Amino acid sequence: MSLLVICDHDRGTLSDASLEALTFGRPLAAAAGLEMAAVVIGEGADAAAAGLGAHGASTVHVASHPLLTDFGPEAWGETVVQLVRGTGATAVLACGTDRGNEVVAQVAARLDQPFVANCRSVDPTGDGSGNWTMTRVQWGGSLLEDATLTAEIRLVTVAHHVVEGVAAEAPASGTMVSFVPELDDALARTVVADRVVLTRGITLSTAPVVVGGGRGVGSAEAFAPLEELAGELGGVVGCSRAVTNNGWRPHSDQVGQTGTRIAPEIYIASGISGAIQHWVGAMAAKNILAINTDREANMVTRAGHAVIGDLHQVIPAITEEVRRRRG
Amino acid sequence: MRILVCVKRVPAPGARINVTADGQTVDAAHLGFTTSPHEECAVEEAVQLTEAHGGEVTVMTLGPVAAEEQLRYAASVGAHHFVLIPIDDVDWDPQRTASALAEAIAAVEETNGAFDLILFGNESADAGGFQVGVRVANHLGRPIVNGIKGIEIGGEQGGELDEGVATARREIDGGFEVYNVPMPAVLGVKEGINLPRYPTMKGRLASKKAVVDTDERTVEAGGQVRLRLHRPVEQISETVILGTGPEAAPAVVDLLEELGVLS
Repeated sequence: MSLLVICDHDRGTLSDASLEALTFGRPLAAAAGLEMAAVVIGEGADAAAAGLGAHGASTVHVASHPLLTDFGPEAWGETVVQLVRGTGATAVLACGTDRGNEVVAQVAARLDQPFVANCRSVDPTGDGSGNWTMTRVQWGGSLLEDATLTAEIRLVTVAHHVVEGVAAEAPASGTMVSFVPELDDALARTVVADRVVLTRGITLSTAPVVVGGGRGVGSAEAFAPLEELAGELGGVVGCSRAVTNNGWRPHSDQVGQTGTRIAPEIYIASGISGAIQHWVGAMAAKNILAINTDREANMVTRAGHAVIGDLHQVIPAITEEVRRRRG
Repeated sequence: MRILVCVKRVPAPGARINVTADGQTVDAAHLGFTTSPHEECAVEEAVQLTEAHGGEVTVMTLGPVAAEEQLRYAASVGAHHFVLIPIDDVDWDPQRTASALAEAIAAVEETNGAFDLILFGNESADAGGFQVGVRVANHLGRPIVNGIKGIEIGGEQGGELDEGVATARREIDGGFEVYNVPMPAVLGVKEGINLPRYPTMKGRLASKKAVVDTDERTVEAGGQVRLRLHRPVEQISETVILGTGPEAAPAVVDLLEELGVLS
C-alpha cells in the first residue's frame, strides 16, 4: 500500500512545490505505514523522475501518452486515477498550487472520494478509528479548520510554502517504472492548445525582491519610482487589490488571496494598509519592510521592519542610497 | 447563449476574522456579506458574454436563505434568472455541495435545455475547497478548466473556427495557456478576468422585482467533516522602526545589504 505523490515539473525541472509535497509526504507515509511512491506526467517526465529517490520516493511512475505531452486537467486526473487503481495506492498527495488542487479535484470527482485541500498538517493516526485528522487553511491562511477525513482513498494537498522542500535524510531507491494510461481521445478537449509567453525571467511569484504599492501610491504614474527601485534590486513591482480595482496596475501584479502568493527574500510594502486579503498573499515573504505614514497600519504592526513616512519621499531616497553605495 | 453562474455568499472581512463560540463558522455579527470575489467576476463575465452574443444569465447559489441578497445583487448588474438552494448557516462539505448543485442544475436543464456555459469561481474566499466546480462538471459529464482569466466564444477546433468552442485563457507564471473547450462546458474563473461593474439605480430597482426560485435538496454528507475553526497563532514580533521619512534610507539599505539582495 502506498501514498502516491503527484509531482509537477516544467519540461523536466521539478517544481519547488513538488519538492514541498515530497518533504511533507515522507513523515506522513511513515506514520501511516505506507510506502511513498511518486508520479511524474508528460514530456520531460523522465528527467524530472530521475532525482526522486533522493527525495524519498521508492517507486517513481513515469506516465506517458500522446494526450499527456502538455497539461490537461482531465487527462492528468484520469492518469492518476488509473495509477491508483493499478497500484492499489490508498492515499494521494500533491502540493496545493492551482494545478495541484485542480488535478486532485479531478481525481476526487472521478473516484467519488472526498478531497481535503491545502492542509498544514495531517495526522494519519487521526481519531483512532481509521479516520485521518488534519488542519487545513481557510481564507487563504487567515483562518484554520480542523477536520476529519473518512475515505477509502485519502486525497489531500499540502498548502504551498508550509514546508520547505529538502532532500530525504535516507534516500529511497527511486525505481522508475513507465506507465501508459488508456485515455479517451475526447479528453483532448481540455489539453493546453497554445502557450503565450508575456515576460521572460523573474516574475512576481519567483522574484527575490518585491516592491509593493497600495492605495497610498495614488495613481498609475506614481508607480514609476517603485519600478525604478525594483529594477535596481533585481525585483518586480506588486500591488494591492485597491490598486487593481482602480485600474492603476494589471491584475497580474496583484499580491493577495485572489492574486499571486509571493515568497521573496524581502517584500517592501509601501502605502499598503494590510487588509487580510493582501496579507495572506504576502505572509510567506521571508522579510517584510513596511513604508507607511500610519504607524498603526496592519502592515506596519505585522512587518519585521518599518519606515514611518511618505513613500513618495522614502522610495526615491532608498533608490538613491543604493546607487550611491554602488558608486 | 445560456449561461449559468454558481456563486457563494461569504462574509466581507476587514483586518481580522473571528470565529463563533462553537467553532463551526465565522462570527459575522459585525461583518457585511458579499459574493465571493472570483464569482462576482464570473457573474460580470456571463453578463458581458450575453451582451455580446445574446442570451440569458442564470445565477444559482447554495447557502442560507439570506443568500438571496447575493442573487438580487446579481440581478442588479444584469443577470436574469435566480435559483436558491437553501441550507442552514453552516457550510455543507464540498461533496455534498457539488451533488446538490449538480441535481439542481440537471432539474433546470431538464425543462430548459443544457446551459452552453457554466461558470464557477476558482475557489470560494472562505472555505477554499478547490473542487466544487470540478465535481459538478464531472457529475454532468462536461469538460472543465480552472484558473480562467479570459473567455472568448468561438475558437479553433480541428483547424477550423468553431462557434461551439469557448476559448479560455489561464494565467501561468509569465504568460498564459490557451484552452479550446467544446461547449457545453464548465469553467472556473478567477478575479482579474474583468472589473465588475457597479449596479445602476435602474438595476437596483429591477433587482427588487427579480423572481428567486427556491429548490430544496436533501443530499448525503461527504467524507470531510469540520471539527472546528480557529485563528492561527500569530508570531507577533516587535516591528523594528528603521526611521522616519527619507532620512531612513541608509538604514533600509543596510538591511538590504544584510539580506544579501544588493549584490
